Amino acid sequence: MIADALTGGFTDAPLQSARAFREILEALARPGTIRQVSGARPPPPLSTAAGVVLLVLADPTTGVHLAGAADRPAVRDWIAFHLGAPLVRAEQADFAVGTWTALHPVTRFRIGRPDYPDRSATLIVECDRLVNHGPALTGPGIETATWLNLPETAAFRANHGLFPLGFDTVFTAGDRLSGLPRTTRVEKI
Amino acid sequence: MSDDTQSGAYTFAYLDEQTKRMIRRAILKALAIPGYQVPFASREMPMPYGWGTGGVQVTAACLTPEDRLKVIDQGADDTTNAVSIRRFFQRTAGVATTEATMDATIIQTRHRIPETPLTEGQILVYQVPIPEPLRFLEPRETETRKMHELEEYGLMHVKLYEDIARHGQIATSYAYPVKVEGHYVMDPSPIPKFDNPKLSGNPATQLFGAGREQRIYALPPWTDVVSLDFDDHPFETSKAPHDCDLCGAKDSYLDEVITDDEGGRMFVCSDTDFCAGRRAEGHEGRLGGDQKSSKTFANSFEGIWPATAGAR
Repeated sequence: MIADALTGGFTDAPLQSARAFREILEALARPGTIRQVSGARPPPPLSTAAGVVLLVLADPTTGVHLAGAADRPAVRDWIAFHLGAPLVRAEQADFAVGTWTALHPVTRFRIGRPDYPDRSATLIVECDRLVNHGPALTGPGIETATWLNLPETAAFRANHGLFPLGFDTVFTAGDRLSGLPRTTRVEKI
Repeated sequence: MSDDTQSGAYTFAYLDEQTKRMIRRAILKALAIPGYQVPFASREMPMPYGWGTGGVQVTAACLTPEDRLKVIDQGADDTTNAVSIRRFFQRTAGVATTEATMDATIIQTRHRIPETPLTEGQILVYQVPIPEPLRFLEPRETETRKMHELEEYGLMHVKLYEDIARHGQIATSYAYPVKVEGHYVMDPSPIPKFDNPKLSGNPATQLFGAGREQRIYALPPWTDVVSLDFDDHPFETSKAPHDCDLCGAKDSYLDEVITDDEGGRMFVCSDTDFCAGRRAEGHEGRLGGDQKSSKTFANSFEGIWPATAGAR
């Protein structure tokens, strides 16, 4: 399995990470928009998009938490080789990867401190698909309203209620991703 | 020197990948907490502090090879600061550049927001000298951090009140403090307060980088930004009470240019792209016909410099 761990990273990191970051930036600046990324081939069950987000943002200074099925040797090896990021418990994570069910309870994750609200986790939530249909989203980055198929609404409403504290979320499905920062107001349904 | 790019002597956009990851994480957290200043490990750049090192690092972290970059300094594309930063990215990233606001995908700015309305997908990167709006009222970082935490902004209102008590009006005319989404008070960098209304509900993403002070903050598109004021002294924009002498614009922000030592002066748009665009459309101001524009003058000056193959 060693050979697997050595492949699937960026082949031209400066350019691929630059293009991928712009998509991630757009996704978080405009919550609910669905963007496409490429360049990573992480071992299953990680999606291309989840692999790209990790390659672009995680490094030896950030703790990564693998939740549920994502926590398997092939993924651990891949992260060790390509990111060098320490694998940590949920409570210490800067980035956490897994399905929504596996990440639960999400109240475990860091939400920052009142004086440093930026010291909070970013959740990478693996989804089956992303479509602009579901609960309405409003807030900064959204002109009027947009819609996204969130796995649930209560947790995101509670997270928004913590503002300026809270975690931020990137939803990934295949090579597509969408962002939901703590500022976004999620419709109650 | 342009060979440096071709032979790969620079990594794309100058900064190493580890640095970019750190800056990119800060930018994303800044977008998630609009108006909050995210600390970041600012690097030394090949230019002095005060020349836009924060903005350059943010631009470098956001730039892609497909981008078209515009750099302005006080609205002008052709001043030293703008020219050197534009050349820096031409050389280290090989990106296309433009002076037209509407053609640019990333605009790095020092102290102005372009007159031409920005559009969705554009990124405006501000160079920020002092990111902390409360710094001149309270020098201790520990205290200002606590004030932001508690949303305790009474001191800022006292400052604006003292303006009124002394001058009969709020005399702060640039770096006018704003409140973002009803929470953080933010320094919009030293833009004239004329530009403050453009901060709010802007379709572009606005990123702020302070290199020496090591802070990044942001306004996502369509963010609600309110300039602080009082019910009986509402916020008002201000500009020189003139029309542009070159293009005749009545609604643009103007620079005053001294033209001789006998009191002669002219007022011209500080946004050179906006002014040149209007003149190209046939608009003419008081002196538009017979005077060289500031842009023409600067371009003739620039011609003296040794040309580098990477530039323009």
